Amino acid sequence: MTAVPDIEFRGVTKRYGAVTAVSGIDLAVPPSAFVALLGPSGCGKTTCLRMIGGFEQPSEGQVFIRGQDMAGTPPYRRPVNMVFQQYALFPHLNVEDNVAYGLRQARPRLASREIGQRVGEALEMVRLAGYGRRKIHELSGGQQQRVALARALVNKPAVLLLDEPLAALDKKLRTDMQIELQNLQRDIGITFVLVTHDQEEALSMSDFVCVMNGGRIVQLGQPSEIYDEPADLFVADFVGKTNLLSGKVAGHSGDLVDVALADGTVIAARKRTALRQGETVSVSLRPESLSLGAAESGPFKGIVRNRIFLGSTAEYAIEVQGIGTLLAKADHLIGHGNLFKPGEPVAIGFATGTPLAFPETKNNGTNQRVSKHVEIIS
Amino acid sequence: MRGNVLRKNLLTAMLLAPATAWLVVFLVLPFIAIAVFSVGERAPEGGYQAAFTLAQYANLPARATAFWNTMVLAPVGALACLLVAYPVAYYLALLAPQRWRLILLALVVIPFWTSLLMRTYAWMYILGGRGIPALLALAGIEDVRLINTPGAVLLGIVYGYLPLMILPIYVSLERLDRRLLEASADLGATPLATFLGVTLKLSLPGVMTGFSLVMILLLGEYLIPTLLGGGKVFFIGNALVDLFLQSRNWPFGSAIAITLVLVSVVVLIAANRISTRVSGARRVDLI
Repeated sequence: MTAVPDIEFRGVTKRYGAVTAVSGIDLAVPPSAFVALLGPSGCGKTTCLRMIGGFEQPSEGQVFIRGQDMAGTPPYRRPVNMVFQQYALFPHLNVEDNVAYGLRQARPRLASREIGQRVGEALEMVRLAGYGRRKIHELSGGQQQRVALARALVNKPAVLLLDEPLAALDKKLRTDMQIELQNLQRDIGITFVLVTHDQEEALSMSDFVCVMNGGRIVQLGQPSEIYDEPADLFVADFVGKTNLLSGKVAGHSGDLVDVALADGTVIAARKRTALRQGETVSVSLRPESLSLGAAESGPFKGIVRNRIFLGSTAEYAIEVQGIGTLLAKADHLIGHGNLFKPGEPVAIGFATGTPLAFPETKNNGTNQRVSKHVEIIS
Repeated sequence: MRGNVLRKNLLTAMLLAPATAWLVVFLVLPFIAIAVFSVGERAPEGGYQAAFTLAQYANLPARATAFWNTMVLAPVGALACLLVAYPVAYYLALLAPQRWRLILLALVVIPFWTSLLMRTYAWMYILGGRGIPALLALAGIEDVRLINTPGAVLLGIVYGYLPLMILPIYVSLERLDRRLLEASADLGATPLATFLGVTLKLSLPGVMTGFSLVMILLLGEYLIPTLLGGGKVFFIGNALVDLFLQSRNWPFGSAIAITLVLVSVVVLIAANRISTRVSGARRVDLI
C-alpha cells in the first residue's frame, strides 16, 4: 500500500545565481519515518530542508507536504516546524513564552488555558517541567536544545525538521539526545527529517538515510544498506571508515571481479556496475572486515605502525609494502593475547563479506546518479 | 604577587587620570558651582551674590512657558525623529543590498560634516517668505506661514537629529539574529506579528538609546528654536542664554539648569528601565 508521502520532492532544483545547490531531486518520505539527509557541507542538504520549511523556493520542480503543493506557501502557513541550528530561541522571552510562541499565533485564538496546558505538556515531554519561568540565557546547551524541541513539537506539526540539532552539544550529551530523539519520534509518530554531516548520527538515529553529494541524492536506504552496500565510491568513503585500494580489473569470475592491486596481489571483489577489463577501480575494505593473524597467512603482510585501543576493539594502522597503510579493526574479547604491538609483523586476511569494487571517478562520485527517481515505501 | 597587583592598580589609575581630571575640571566643578549659584541671590549689578535661599526654585513657574515648550517639543520631536528614523534604519539593516549598505550609511552621516548652524540657516530660507511659501503662492495658495511656527521647529529638530536616531537603531537591527525571524515565521507568525513580537522588541535598546540621546540634546536645544521658532517658541536653552548673558540673573539661570539636569537624569533612567524590561536584555548600553 502506498500512503501519501509526508514530504515529496519532484524534480527539485535550486540555483543561487550561477551556483546550483540542489539539482533535480526526487524524493518521497513516507509517513512516520525518521529520515536523515546526510552529506558533506555544501551538498545541498540544508537547502532541501529550508525548501521544506519554506525559507527557500525551488528554482524548478515542486515540494509537496502531505500531498499539497507548497509553491507560494510562506513558512508561516506550512504544517511543519523546525529545530534550528543553534536553536534560534527568542532571547527576550522566557522558556514558557518561547514554547507558547507558536500557539499564540494560531487564528482563531486558542484559549489561554489550553495554551498553558499544552506548553506544560510539551515541557514535560522534553523533561523540562518547572523550567517555564527561566530565561533562555540561564539554560545549558542541552536544555536550550530541549526548549527548541518543545517549541516546535507543541504545534503538532506534520513533519519536524531538524537542522544539525546536535552539532553544538558535547559528545556525551549528543549520544543521550540521539536516543531521546529516537524515542520522541517513535512516541509522537510524526515524520522527522534530520540534516546532518555526521554519518554516525545519521546511521544511528534514522530509519532511512539519504546520502547527498554535489546537490544530488547519491543513495537512499536503510542505515545497514548504506553501510554494507554503498552505491558508489563516495558513499563507501563518506559513510564509516574504509580502506580504498586502487587496482585494475584483471578478470571476471561470475558476479565477482578479480582486481590486481598495486603490489600484484589479486583479490576477488563484488561490483555495483559493469566493469571493463583493465579498468581502474577502487576496492573498499572495511576495517572490521579484515582479520589479523600471526605472520604467514592471508593475502597481505605488513607491520603494525599504530594501535588505537578502543576498549572492546582495537584499531591498527598497518603498513603494507606496495599498498600503503591499511586500517584494521580487531575484536579482542577472546583474550589479550591477540593484541598486536607496534613494530610487530602481521598477516591480514578477510574476516567477513567480500570487498566492493567501484569504478574510479575524478569527482569521487559527484557525477553519478544512482537512479532518477528514488522512492522509499515502508 | 603584591607588587604585581600594585603595579596593575597604578597603571589603571594612570590610564584613567586624564579623563578623570577632565571630568572634574569641566563637569564636576562647574556643576558644583551651578548648584551653589542656584541657592544664591542675584547681585544688584547682575551675577551672583552668596546666600542660601530656595527663592530661585520657587520662581521657576515664571519660566513655565519655556519648560512647557521644552517638555512638549523635546519628546514630540524625539518621537517624530523615531518615526522617520526607524523605517530608514530597518531598510539599511535588513533590506538594503550588502554592497550599498556602507554607502547609504555614509549618506546618513554626511550632513554632520556641515555645521548644524549652516543647515538650519538653509531651512530658514526654505521655510521663509522666499522659499516654499513663495512656491505655494505661485500655485495659488497664498499666505502660508511656515517659519517661526512650532511646526518649523519640529521639522528642524527631526532634520537635525535624524542621524543620531538612525545609527543606534541600525546597530541593534544589524545585530538581530536573522534566524529568529525565520523561527518566528516557522512558528506561524505573519510578517507583521514577527515584526511586532521579535524585531521591534529586540531593537528596543537601540530605539531607547536613540530616543534618550535625541531627547536629552533637545532638552538643552537652543539653536533650532531661535532660528526657526523666531523667539516665539521659547526653549529652556533660550531662557538660559537670556538669563546668563542678557539679564545676568545667574542664580535663577542656575536653578533652571539644575532642574533641567534632574529631568534629563529621570528620562535616562526611565528609558533604560523600559528597554531592559521589554527586550529581556541583561544590560542596556545607552550610548
